[in-house]
Amino acid sequence: MAGHPPIGEHSIGSPFWGTRRPPGCSDSLSSAVRLPVPLSAEIAVARAAGRLSRLAGAGGGTTIPGKLLWRLDPGAIDRLARRLPLGSAVVSATNGKTTTAAMTARILRSRVRLAHNSSGANLVSGVASTLLDARGAELGLFEVDEAALPEVAERLKPRALCLGNLFRDQLDRYGELEHVAARWRKAVRELAADAALCVNGDDPQVGDLARERPGSMVFGVDDPSCARPSLQHAADSKYCVRCGTPYDYAAAYVGHLGDYRCPRCGHARPPLHLAAREIELGGLDAVQFRLVTPAGARTVRMRVPGLYNVYNALAAAALSSTLGTSFDEVVSGLEGFSAAFGRFERIVIGDRRLLMLLIKNPAGANEAVRTMVDGGAPSVAVVALNDGIADGRDVSWIWDVDFEPLIGGLERIVATGERAAELALRFKYGGLREDAIEVVPSLESALDRGLELTPAGGELVVLPTYTAMLALRKIVSERGFVRPYWKRAA
Amino acid sequence: MPSSRRAGLLARPSAPPIENAQIEGDRMKIVVGHLFPDYLNIYVDRGNIAVLARRAAWRGHELDVCSISVGEPVRPGEHDLLYVGGGQDREQALVAPDLVAKSDGVREAVAGGAALLAVCGGYQLLGRSYRDFHGIDLPGIGLFPLDTVAGETRMIGDVLLECELEPGVRRTLAGFENHAGRTRLDRAAEALGRVVAGFGNDGESGWEGCRVGRAVGTYLHGPLLPRNPWFADWLLAQALAHRLGAPPELEPLPDDLEHRAHAVSARRAETRGGGRR
Repeated sequence: MAGHPPIGEHSIGSPFWGTRRPPGCSDSLSSAVRLPVPLSAEIAVARAAGRLSRLAGAGGGTTIPGKLLWRLDPGAIDRLARRLPLGSAVVSATNGKTTTAAMTARILRSRVRLAHNSSGANLVSGVASTLLDARGAELGLFEVDEAALPEVAERLKPRALCLGNLFRDQLDRYGELEHVAARWRKAVRELAADAALCVNGDDPQVGDLARERPGSMVFGVDDPSCARPSLQHAADSKYCVRCGTPYDYAAAYVGHLGDYRCPRCGHARPPLHLAAREIELGGLDAVQFRLVTPAGARTVRMRVPGLYNVYNALAAAALSSTLGTSFDEVVSGLEGFSAAFGRFERIVIGDRRLLMLLIKNPAGANEAVRTMVDGGAPSVAVVALNDGIADGRDVSWIWDVDFEPLIGGLERIVATGERAAELALRFKYGGLREDAIEVVPSLESALDRGLELTPAGGELVVLPTYTAMLALRKIVSERGFVRPYWKRAA
Repeated sequence: MPSSRRAGLLARPSAPPIENAQIEGDRMKIVVGHLFPDYLNIYVDRGNIAVLARRAAWRGHELDVCSISVGEPVRPGEHDLLYVGGGQDREQALVAPDLVAKSDGVREAVAGGAALLAVCGGYQLLGRSYRDFHGIDLPGIGLFPLDTVAGETRMIGDVLLECELEPGVRRTLAGFENHAGRTRLDRAAEALGRVVAGFGNDGESGWEGCRVGRAVGTYLHGPLLPRNPWFADWLLAQALAHRLGAPPELEPLPDDLEHRAHAVSARRAETRGGGRR
């Protein structure tokens, strides 16, 4: 392991619970008085709207109250956030923010009452809705959309911010990667002086943000045995953020995440304070790694699969640590974690099981495919491609996904969703025989067809985009197999 | 093959003879020069190249794709088709100076009868000039008679074109566009197609893309070729014309899936594409 950066001197584990109040907390009453409409009235109206939406059957209604509140008075969100006695912690990333926040919640939940947007409503309105619902909560824990991060951070004034990764994702909505990175840098610069920052050092753009704030906690993977032989097609930040020269990678793990160094100017992965070593991938069911920190090292056995979940676990461990959680609590929280909403979620349907893996961009989909193939490639899969705003209206990203490892083992694929035919072409030109491809645009019919092709006792793999995932969960829940997401516990 | 195979419309007497044409019966090797695949590869290239490769293979031809990256010259005559994809601003700026250094090679290759497809960023860089958002001018290589100026807002959405690449034969192209650049063609320039729905070159003129003989530039990705198989075949035929002197008839393929995907994409453009028509 010579040549790898040493685990740094960052101290972990100074409990703060109950000892400190976030900035601005004390003036929440006086600002409430200045409101044109009392905050309590706004809250009552917004909450009633959420109930109405659910009664009307318009889905979860999870962001309706927040949208209304935001429209009535955007500043109300700031004041609601200041009511949380322990302040807020924020997670953002292209991939893994929902899972990272869910892991963090699992670690923290025995210690503190959380306001957590666990169903993935991660724009300003979703955060506002969660705050509206957060009666009695002590700490806010929010996953936040990459593009929404600057505004949310400005309003919440988080005490801790954890930044995971930046991959190409929905260029039609977010714009180019560089612009998102620049906005993140600004958000980091505007954090309160005493706020903690955790960053993934393996991502060149994100790791570089640690230089903005001395004392940032940097996490990353340090196990070249898990490295990929070469950078994936979907690798994005592979040119030096300072001088544009292609990085040399001592190890590339997921997309452009890895141990990089610029051969020209020397810009390199920052020293890690929290690292994963000795990673053992356990197919579809588990992953194990050695969590190395300045406070010592422990083996963590998780019940979720894949290298990308190691990154999520590192992010959750870093964030929890900066919030004062002990090493034991971090490990037991990670080991007790099962899947987040729609991410590697298993649902029993009669005598068959459904394994749902959300896909939403090339880097994330590549990891889903890699993990699935490592666990034994399925012979049948349902893949669902929608093109709503939340999925990305531009479906061309599917051509940047490495579906090919999956194609080798497939006997049949059911392509579904609004852009089912487009998806079928991806598999056709990826080398799958045309008679192995079924195009079934209706999600419900495709699900039934997939289940029909799955033997009793077997497992059907479903890879949906975001709105297709919501729709499929709704179908399954209407059949009584899964609780609606707005009733799920955090 | 007849000895007139270099006598194509665009062949120049000075173009070097093709030495590596491997003809076995009707089977041909089609050599594709892919410019900057390591920089310009966003959302477009893999799908387009895969479609060309499969559709060539289904007809018994072989597509040989060679990478031409920074510092490597374009040798006119070596490639039957040149391909330039799109990139994010940063990657585009990184390759722009190198592309200018290749400009004679690219122009000579096309003048010598090679086909070319340039998408989005590649399309802009092959014009005369590109003025970025900060007002800085990047010189282009001047293959296409057009100038591009970055605007304040991006033109993003589904798009549908009607093309007439052969007189009297009208066909549609369905794709997706995402560009800040406003591209203005010279008055005499030939567009790739008329915008049926979407923004097109500049959101105003009603034209999209540019065509110079066998070279085509366009903002359409999506990617372009999977759901527009007629255009993939047109390009393959143009690439073969570099070898044969004239584009051959290609055997038709079963394109039911392609047509379904085209229909959905075209409907998207009509219901939610951008533009002011």
